[in-house]
Amino acid sequence: MTITPAAIVLADGTTFEGEAIGAELPGGVGSGEFVFNTVMTGYQEVISDPSYAGQVITFTSTHIGNYGVTPLDDEARSVHCAGVVVRDLARRHSNQRSAGDLDSFLRSNGVGGVAGVDTRRLTRHLRDHGAMPGAFGTAAASDLLAAAQAAEGTDGRDLVASVSTDQTVVHAGPAGADRRIVALDLGIKATIVRHLNALGEVHVIPAATPASEILALRPDGVFLSNGPGDPGAVSTVPDTVASLLGEVPIFGICMGHQMLATALGGVTHKLPFGHHGGNHPVRDESTGRVEITSQNHNYCVDPDSLARIEVTHVNLNDGTLEGFRSLDVPAFAVQYHPEAGPGPHDSRYLFDRFAELMDARA
Amino acid sequence: MPRRSDLESILIIGSGPIVIGQACEFDYSGTQACRVLREEGYRVILANSNPATIMTDPDFADATYVEPLVAEVLERILDVERPDAVLPTLGGQTALNLAMELSESGALADRGIELIGADAEAIATAEDRERFKQAMIEIGLAVPASGTAHTMDEARAVLERLGLPVVIRPAYILGGRGTGIASTPAEFDLIAGRGLAASPISEILIERSIAGWKEYELEVMRDRADNCVIICSIENVDPMGVHTGDSITVAPAQTLSDVEYQEMRDAAFACIRRVGVETGGSNVQFAVNPANGDQVVIEMNPRVSRSSALASKATGFPIAKIAAKLAVGYTLDEIPNDITRVTPASFEPVIDYVVTKIPRWAFEKLPGVEPRLGTQMQSVGEAMAIGRTFPESLQKALRSLEQGRSGLNADPAEVLVDDVATGDLLADVAVASPDRIFGVESLLRRGVPVSEVHEACGIDPWFLDQMLAISEEREALVAIEGAPASLIPPEWRRAKRLGFGDAQLAWLWGTDESAVRSARLAAGVEVTYKTVDTCAAEFEASTPYHYGTYEDTSEVEPSSGEKVLILGSGPNRIGQGIEFDYCCVHACFALADAGFETVMVNCNPETVSTDYDTSDRLYFEPLSVEGVLNVIDSERRSAEAGGGRLVGVIVALGGQTPLKLAGALPPELILGTSPRSIDLAEDRDRWNSLCARLEIPQPAGGTATTIEAARSIVERIGFPALIRPSYVLGGRAMEIVYDVDGLESAWSAIAADGSLGREGGLAAERPVLIDRFLEDATEVDVDAIRDSTGEVIIGGIMEHVEEAGVHSGDSACVIPPVGLSPETIAVIEGHTRSIAAALDVRGLINVQFAVKRVGDDESASGSGGQVFVIEANPRASRTVPFVAKATGVPLVKVAARVMCGATLAELRAEGLLVAPSAGKHVAVKEAVLPWNRFPDIDALLGPEMRSTGEVMGIDRSFPLAFAKSQLAAGDRMPQSGTVFFSLADRDKRIGLQAARRFHELGFDLVATSGTAAAFVREGLPVAEVVAKLQRAEGDPEGGLDGVDLIEGGRVQLVVNSPRGRGPRADGAHLRRAAGRAGIPLLTTAAAALAAANGLAEWMTADLQVRSLQSYHRDHDG
Repeated sequence: MTITPAAIVLADGTTFEGEAIGAELPGGVGSGEFVFNTVMTGYQEVISDPSYAGQVITFTSTHIGNYGVTPLDDEARSVHCAGVVVRDLARRHSNQRSAGDLDSFLRSNGVGGVAGVDTRRLTRHLRDHGAMPGAFGTAAASDLLAAAQAAEGTDGRDLVASVSTDQTVVHAGPAGADRRIVALDLGIKATIVRHLNALGEVHVIPAATPASEILALRPDGVFLSNGPGDPGAVSTVPDTVASLLGEVPIFGICMGHQMLATALGGVTHKLPFGHHGGNHPVRDESTGRVEITSQNHNYCVDPDSLARIEVTHVNLNDGTLEGFRSLDVPAFAVQYHPEAGPGPHDSRYLFDRFAELMDARA
Repeated sequence: MPRRSDLESILIIGSGPIVIGQACEFDYSGTQACRVLREEGYRVILANSNPATIMTDPDFADATYVEPLVAEVLERILDVERPDAVLPTLGGQTALNLAMELSESGALADRGIELIGADAEAIATAEDRERFKQAMIEIGLAVPASGTAHTMDEARAVLERLGLPVVIRPAYILGGRGTGIASTPAEFDLIAGRGLAASPISEILIERSIAGWKEYELEVMRDRADNCVIICSIENVDPMGVHTGDSITVAPAQTLSDVEYQEMRDAAFACIRRVGVETGGSNVQFAVNPANGDQVVIEMNPRVSRSSALASKATGFPIAKIAAKLAVGYTLDEIPNDITRVTPASFEPVIDYVVTKIPRWAFEKLPGVEPRLGTQMQSVGEAMAIGRTFPESLQKALRSLEQGRSGLNADPAEVLVDDVATGDLLADVAVASPDRIFGVESLLRRGVPVSEVHEACGIDPWFLDQMLAISEEREALVAIEGAPASLIPPEWRRAKRLGFGDAQLAWLWGTDESAVRSARLAAGVEVTYKTVDTCAAEFEASTPYHYGTYEDTSEVEPSSGEKVLILGSGPNRIGQGIEFDYCCVHACFALADAGFETVMVNCNPETVSTDYDTSDRLYFEPLSVEGVLNVIDSERRSAEAGGGRLVGVIVALGGQTPLKLAGALPPELILGTSPRSIDLAEDRDRWNSLCARLEIPQPAGGTATTIEAARSIVERIGFPALIRPSYVLGGRAMEIVYDVDGLESAWSAIAADGSLGREGGLAAERPVLIDRFLEDATEVDVDAIRDSTGEVIIGGIMEHVEEAGVHSGDSACVIPPVGLSPETIAVIEGHTRSIAAALDVRGLINVQFAVKRVGDDESASGSGGQVFVIEANPRASRTVPFVAKATGVPLVKVAARVMCGATLAELRAEGLLVAPSAGKHVAVKEAVLPWNRFPDIDALLGPEMRSTGEVMGIDRSFPLAFAKSQLAAGDRMPQSGTVFFSLADRDKRIGLQAARRFHELGFDLVATSGTAAAFVREGLPVAEVVAKLQRAEGDPEGGLDGVDLIEGGRVQLVVNSPRGRGPRADGAHLRRAAGRAGIPLLTTAAAALAAANGLAEWMTADLQVRSLQSYHRDHDG
C-alpha cells in the first residue's frame, strides 16, 4: 500500500499532517469550511448529505469505513461535501450490507480527503476557534496556506441553488395514503423523502419554485427541507414560504426551520462551531420528554426575534432553539433531524404530527 | 422530577465476596451509590460480607453491616434499621436474588419497605428466561428458538424440537454458571443435568445455538419520565459461543452500519420498557447473523453489571452514580454531566478512541481444567486499554494483562504459536481459548488469508485485518537496519500508533528497552495524553481522565498542588485482587485529605481506583515500565510548565505489580520503604543473614537457580520441603514436595514458566526458594506500620485456622488470635518490630510466622509454641483491609501518610491514627474458592492460592464469628443429619475432637474404615463404615462407598483431609462428589473443629447483627 503524504492548513495557519485518501484533487488542493461531526456510525449518510456542500467534514470517531458503503445509505445522488478528514480509513470493510469500500466511494464521487490526522486536535481547534476555512491535499504547504486563506467560508453564501433539484421528481404514495406533499428541495436527504413518502405522494420541487406554482399543485402540506450554507443568504425561499403561510400546512427541518423562521420575520445567527452529531439532547417542551437527536447545522434561529410562536423544542446542551410552531398559521419546524439517517429514531413522531396537521385541514 | 422526599433511609445490598462472574465492579458501583445517596441526604445502610471492599469502609455508609448475605440475616438488618427502601440493582446478581427472596417471602411488604431501582416484577421478567423470551416475542423482537425444562424428560423433548447444537442456560444464575453448548446427545445429558442442579428453581432454557454470530451489548439507562439513552455499544471480538465476560470486547461497536445500530438501539429501548426497569441501568445483549444481518435479543440484565462498569470507564459516563440518582427520583435531564459540567446527563456519550477489554484467566492455578472458553464465564479479572485505534488499544490491553506478553507479537512467547504447523493452528483457533488471539496473529503473519482465518475462528474480518496491520508492521520493523538509532520520526510514529511497546521493539531488535526508549525520545517521539470526556472534544472537559497515544498534542494541564503518583494493581487475579485496590484508593483519600494532589495509574476497569473522581488525575494505562515512565515524564513536564512538583511514587500498595516496576523507576521518587529493603526481604541470602543477626529462627532453607543446587539443598534440610518462586503473590507455582520426584516436577514447571517470561517463572535474578516445610504448625500473619522515627504499631495479628501448608490467602484467620498465648504474641510482636527496624520500613510491613506445636499441646500454640519467621514483605498485604474492618484502624491511610513523611505521633495527634477497638468482638476472614465453577477439579487447599475472594464474619465469640464466615462464604452448615469423615492419619487427633462435637450436637457419623476405627477406639459411635475406593477400583460388588453416600443424598457434610504424603488422588473423588452434590466440604481437621464449635453456639445463640460503626464506637469510649 503506497502512502501519499498530505496536509491540512487552516486559514489561521494551523497545520496537520496525514496521508491523502479519496479522489486526487486538481493541483493537489481541496478547500472548504472545516467542521467536525461526532457520529460513531453513519459516515456514508453524513458524507452524502447535501447540507455539507462547501464543507470539509472531520469525523471524530477514529475508524471510518469499517462497514463499507451501500447505495441504500446514500442521502443524495451525488456528494456535495468538499472533503473528508479521518484518523483511520479502514483498509478492509466488513458487513453483509456493504457493496463497496469508502475510499472508492470518495474517488468515484470526486471527494478528496486526509487520513491519519490527529482529528482530536483538529476538533479542539475548531471548538475553540470556530469552524473556519482551510485547505488540504498533497500540494506544498505554502500552496495549501494560500488556498486556505483564499477559501470561502459559508457565511453569506447561498449554497442551496447548487444542491437543489432542477426538475420536479414525483414519488407515488403508498396505497391508502392519498395526501399530496410538496417538498421544497433545499438539499433534501433521501431519508426525509422516504419518511414523507410513507405519508403520501411526494413532489420534490426545485428551491426556486414560486408559491403560486406550489399552490397550483394543491398540496395537503408543504415540506421545507434541510440544506447547506448560510440561511441569511438564501434568496427567494423565505418570500416563497411567506406566501404559503396560512394557505397550507408547513413542516420544516433544519434549513427548512430557518426558512420558516425567516418567513415569520425571525433572524438567524452563526453558532461558533455548529451542531454536528447524533447525540444531542432535545426536550419536547409539550411533554417534557428528552429525545436524542441527529444534528447538522451551523446557524440557529434566535427565538426572541420571533413573535407569535411557541417554542416546542430546546437543545439541553446549549439552550438553543430546536423547534417552534406558529401560533397563527399551521406551520412548525425543527432545527434537528427527526428523520435520522444517520442517528437515533427518537423524533420520528414529528412526521406523524405533520400528518395530523395536514389531516386537520382536510 | 426532583429527589424523592418520602424516603429517609435506604439499604444498599452489596455483592459479597469476589467470585468468578461477580468481581470488584460491584464495589465500584456500590461505592458510587453510597456516596451519591449520602450526598443527597439519605441515611445509607449497607450490607456486604466482603471486608476487602471500599464500600464497606465505615466512612461510606451510616451503618455498615459486614454480615452474611442471606435472607435471614438481611431480615434481621431490616428489623434493626427499618429502612424505607432497598436498592438492589447495584450489587450484582447476589443483591438481585436476595431482593427477590425478600420480596417473595413478604419480608419487604410486611415491613412496609419499597424496592427501588427495579421491582420484583421487572426482575422476574428479565431473569426468568422463558418469561423474558415471551416478553420479547410480545413486542416483536426476535429471540433464538428455545424451550424450557424442569426435568431431564422435558429437556429431551425440547431437544427433539430444536435439534443439536443447542445452548443450555440455567435460570437465576450469574456469570453463566452451569451454561454450556451441547453438540452431541451425551454432552446434552451432561450439561442439562448440571444446569438443572445449578438453577435455584431447577429450570433450564434450551436454545438453538447461534454460535458464530456477532455479539453486541448495549448499555441502556432509563429514568422515571421514560427517557432512555444508550451509554455505550460494545462489540465482542469473539463471536457468540464465548461468554461475554470471557470475550475480548471493544467499544464502540466497530462493524455495524448506522441502519443496523439504530435498529438495535430501538430494540434495546423496547426491551427495557417491556421488562419494566423503571429507573437505572440495564444491559441488553444481541446477536447478529453476519450472513444476513438478522438480529436477535439474547438476554438483559435489569441492573448495573460488569459491562456497565466497563461502559462507565470506556465513556466517562458514571452509570452507577446516575443509576442511584435515578432510583431516588431524578430524571436524566436534571442531572449534570460530571465531565462537561455544563451539559446534562440526558445524552449519549460519543468517543473518539477505541477501548479494548481482555479477560484474565487463572487456568494455570487449576490443574486438570482445560483452558477452553465457552458459555460459562471462567475469567477472574480483566484489563482494559484505551488507544486511538483498535490495534493500539489491543496491544496495550494485552500488555496490561501482565501475563508475560508485551503485545500481540514480538516477545519471547511468540514462539509458542509460531512453532505450531499452520494446519494445526487453524484447527486450534477454531476453539476459543485464552491464547487464541496469538494463534490468529501467527496465522495472519504467515500469510494465511484473512478470509481463511475468519472461516476458522469466526472473528470478523475487520478485526482480523486490523491485527494483520500489526503483523505487517512487525515484519517491517524487524527489517529496519541500524534500529533503533536509524529510525526516523514517521517510522517511530507508525509503530507506536499501532500499539508497539518499547519492550516489543527491543525484543525485535535484540536490544534492551531502555535503549529503545532513549532512541525514541532522542528522535522526539513522545507519548501524548488525550482525554476521556464523553463528547469527543465537542465540549471542554473538566475531568482529568487521560490515556496515552501517539498524536500531535497532549492535553494534560499543569495544576498547582504537589503530586503523589500511586501505582495500582492491574487486572484482578487470584492472589492480587480488590484488597490492593482498596489500599490504593485509601491512599488517594488520605493524601487528598492531607493536601496532596493524587495521580493514579491503573488499567482495571472494574475498580474504584479507575473512577475518575477517586484521584485528582487518572491515567488509564498499562502498568508497564514504559507506561509508568511516560506518566512520570508527563507529570514532570507539567511541573516544569508551572505545575506542582511530583513528590514521589507509591509502589507498595498495589501488590506485586508496582513492586516489580520499582527497580526501573527513578529511585529518588520511590516513597516509603526503599526498593533496596524490599529486595533485601526477597533476597534469600541477605534475608537469612538478617534473621540470623536478629536471632529470629527460620525454617532451614536455601535458594537455587538449577535443579542440582535444589537437590543439594533438600539433601541438607530434608523433606517435606516448600518450593516457591520469588517475587510472586498468591503462591504462584508454590508446592510442598515430599520426595525427589516431586521436587523435579515442581522444578520443571517453574523453569517452563521462566522461559516464557510468565509470572512466577525462573530467571537468574529470580531464584527459587526452598525451605523445610513445618508440619503441625499454626500460621500467623502480622500487619504493622513503622515510621521514620522508628515507632512501630502492630495493626493486627491474625491466627490462621488451617495449619501451615495451606496458603495464607486460602486459610481462614481470626482477629484477635484466640489460640495464641500472651507469651507467643509478645514474641511475635517483638520479632515484627525488630524486622521492621532492620529493614528500615517506612509504611506497611507484613510478616508471616509459623508457630510449631511443641509436645502434646492440643491448643496448637500454647505457651510452649516455637515461633519461626517464614517471610516478611515491606508492603501492603492482602489482609490489611480485613484488619482495618476488624479493628477500626485505617491502616492504609496511616501508612500512606507515613510514606509521605508524617510520623505516627503526628497522625495520632491529628486523629487519623486511633487505638484499635479492644477485645469484645472476634472477626474471622474466610476465603471463597471457585470450585463450583470447575466441577472436575479437586477441591483441595494447598500452598498455591486459589481463592478468588473473601468474607468476614464478625460476632461476640470465635465460634459464632466462624459460623458466620462459613455462611457468608456460601457454605450453609447443616443443623442435623449425617457427617461423613475421611481423615489422614495425622489429622485424626483433631478430627476426633470435631467428630465428638458433631456427635454431641446430634449428628450421625459415618466414616471410612481407618477413620472409623480411630473414632470407635475413642468411644464414638459410627453409624456406618464405608470403603473409600471400591468404585474407583472397579469392584461393583463391594457395597456402598463414600461417593454413593454423598450422591445418594445421605450425607449433609463431608470432612475429608488429604493424606500428607504420596498421591493425593485417593480422596479426590469424594471431594468432587461433594462439589457436584453441593454438599458443604471441609478439607482440614482444624476447619472441621472450628465449624463444629461454631455450629454448637450457632444452634443455641440468637442471631445478632451489628454495624461496624457500632462495634468500633463501642470501643472508642
